[in-house]
Amino acid sequence: MDLISNLGLGFATAGSPTNLLFCLIGVILGTLIGVLPGIGATATIAMLLPITFQLEPVSSLIMLAGIYYGAQYGGSTTAILINMPGESSSAVTAIDGYQLARKGKAGTALAVAALGSFFAGSVATLLVAILAPLLTIVALKFGAAEYFSLMLLGLVAAIALAHGSILKALAMTVLGLLLGVVGTDIYTGTPRFTFGITAYADGLNFVALAVGVFGIAEILRNLEGEQDRTVLTTKLGSLWPSRADLKAMIAPMLRGTLLGSALGILPGGGAILASFASYTVEKRISKTPEEFGKGSIAGVAGPESANNAGAQTSFIPLLTLGIPANPVMALMVGAMIIQGVVPGPNVAAEQPALFWGIIASMWIGNLMLIVLNLPLIGLWVKLLTVPYHVLFPIIMAFCSIGVYSVNSNVYDLYAVAGFGLMGYVLMKLRCEPAPLLLGFVLGPLLEENLRRAMILGRGDPTTFVTRPISATLLGLTVIVLIVMLLPQVSKKRAEVFSEAE
Amino acid sequence: MALHRILTGALAGTILSSGALMAQDYPERSITMVVPFAAGGPTDTVARLVAEKMSTDLGQQVIVENVGGAGGTLGAGQVATAEADGYTVLLHHIGMATAATLYRNLAYDTLAAFDYVGLVTEVPMTLVGRSDLEPADLASLVTYVKENADTLTMANAGIGAASHLCGMLFQQALNVSLVTVPYQGTGPAMTDLLGGQVDLMCDQTTNTSEQIRGGTIKGYGVTTPARLEIFPDMPTVAEAGLAGMEVSIWHGIYAPKGTPAEAVERLSASLQTVLADPTLAASLAELGTAPSPATDGTPAALQAKLESEIARWEPVIADAGVYAD
Repeated sequence: MDLISNLGLGFATAGSPTNLLFCLIGVILGTLIGVLPGIGATATIAMLLPITFQLEPVSSLIMLAGIYYGAQYGGSTTAILINMPGESSSAVTAIDGYQLARKGKAGTALAVAALGSFFAGSVATLLVAILAPLLTIVALKFGAAEYFSLMLLGLVAAIALAHGSILKALAMTVLGLLLGVVGTDIYTGTPRFTFGITAYADGLNFVALAVGVFGIAEILRNLEGEQDRTVLTTKLGSLWPSRADLKAMIAPMLRGTLLGSALGILPGGGAILASFASYTVEKRISKTPEEFGKGSIAGVAGPESANNAGAQTSFIPLLTLGIPANPVMALMVGAMIIQGVVPGPNVAAEQPALFWGIIASMWIGNLMLIVLNLPLIGLWVKLLTVPYHVLFPIIMAFCSIGVYSVNSNVYDLYAVAGFGLMGYVLMKLRCEPAPLLLGFVLGPLLEENLRRAMILGRGDPTTFVTRPISATLLGLTVIVLIVMLLPQVSKKRAEVFSEAE
Repeated sequence: MALHRILTGALAGTILSSGALMAQDYPERSITMVVPFAAGGPTDTVARLVAEKMSTDLGQQVIVENVGGAGGTLGAGQVATAEADGYTVLLHHIGMATAATLYRNLAYDTLAAFDYVGLVTEVPMTLVGRSDLEPADLASLVTYVKENADTLTMANAGIGAASHLCGMLFQQALNVSLVTVPYQGTGPAMTDLLGGQVDLMCDQTTNTSEQIRGGTIKGYGVTTPARLEIFPDMPTVAEAGLAGMEVSIWHGIYAPKGTPAEAVERLSASLQTVLADPTLAASLAELGTAPSPATDGTPAALQAKLESEIARWEPVIADAGVYAD
């Protein structure tokens, strides 16, 4: 079979001592930058690009890929321990992961995240190997109308992210949408809500927003009441998930992997939805939805799996088409070109060792990550015993460096401060930041694709229902809306939450 | 007044000797090369290839820093106000000239804010279409576009992007007006072209050559005066009678105004060495382009290019009535 011989070639390439070493360096670096709040994979890969010139193309790409998915592992660590998500995906992990940590189950949450990520990474890598060419064809069927409908579905479902009032969740989503509007209108070039500051011409920085409304707000809250914090540090709890915990994570992990793999292949930003979508699904079908937002294992396992699966399958458009699905992939394209490998539809045929080597290295890298991360959990959890008045200035410093390093832009730091304050106020008002973040991430995509679909359809709005994929997605959206608005359902919802409060 | 003269003399002496020192010792530390676009893009790739070679020649690291945003004007603005000590330079493309018209409120004066180091490369552009677009060659495409102008769509990578400018020229040459679909960068635009969601695009060979080779899109013509080595069968736009559509994405290196002449000379000399390096030519050939002739790696050549390009694009942009602010 072709696949077996191809995978054989891949493992032979990735398994060479040099490539194993660079894979290890990559995943260690990735874990580290993932753990440091604010410093993202994009900035790190950009900084490391020059170093990779000296390496073989395969080695350098294996290392860069390792940094990317390693950062996905590491990113959940800060989200869980200090409520500081560095990327949109770990924002969801923070919701329940941080609550688990506050209950003294930080170790459990970290282990669940790592195990979920490993499982999802392995399965998704296999999918990439077997189905890449086929999935590419599906991904290309997604035009502007389909993306619009997908994003709409995501936004409507986002209401489930909140565990408070629907009205507040809706308000937060809309606020997120509005914040997402800041920046240059790509269709006319008109700057919107930038107050003449050219540094905001490309919009507000996601990392600044996330670090602000989640992390800084949480620091402010902790400083206000030191008692909460003492509870956290004295009750470290068990490091490992109990049998019941493991049982609770299996189904969400499987669903998350499936969902993440599917969304990851869409080059137009599908992967962004993966962890949000998984959280929504888990909460919907859970027998104990009241646990969500208060430390649910499923709320960590599902999104973490989805996120990591999406990270692996987002390599598909790059490997089969030469098209980067996100900024990190764009950097990989740059790295390939500098190495003399121009990405395109021919890479798999012309450079089989490179193509299959990268795929095999992803699995090896995931294995390394789990071996690396499980023993580290004890160490990370010990971080929580560091006195808070020592810890928080360090967190602030790393956040500032990280946020600044994304665009070398001081206005992003002002944004962190502003959003930190806003996050604190919202917390006082019992409004949750997760729907806001989703609105912020999806808003620009929603608008861009809506307008593009209208341009392509020459102003005919029926384009959304005459295209089958788009129509199906819109149908799902309507179903979700009906379920949410059915009076008895919302009554039950209210009961569930009043009990839990 | 003797004291005055001595002081002046001493001062002049210091300046002279520091100048001499400069010429001898420059560069004494790493040089930052600002690229006003995101890492991984075509301009970034050109910059990194050139920076690596220049590092070897100068004996100091040339570090690429990406300051993306606002069509390259943020990065250019940053270099315009950077310290003019020879340790900050800018590598920018044709957008340096077009931004002068596209942005009516630039933070810097394009012609007055920079010293010139030299031209780096001119990347050809290709007119491409989705793989199942009916016409087989450029001549039939011209007829086809004229007949179907009200149903065809043309993608570009955003207002003011090279693909946008080239698309404008194409439509002006054919005297048609197609529905223009802007994207956020070349990647998404290419994705939709591959998926057949849009019909046409005009983009740099850096992005299109592999797709044309793979048969995933159709290559119709090149915008350079001569055919390309990598696509000997692809006609030039001039061959198909498309007047005034010749365009290439030229890249130049700039320094903040007032950079010591010795530093500019050293940078320019280094650039010329690099441009003559066959390994750079080989790397650029992969992208479907070639280094500018070493004789163009001079301040005069870049200045002339910038001035003529500003003059050329001003009426095109004004006619189309598109501004990016």
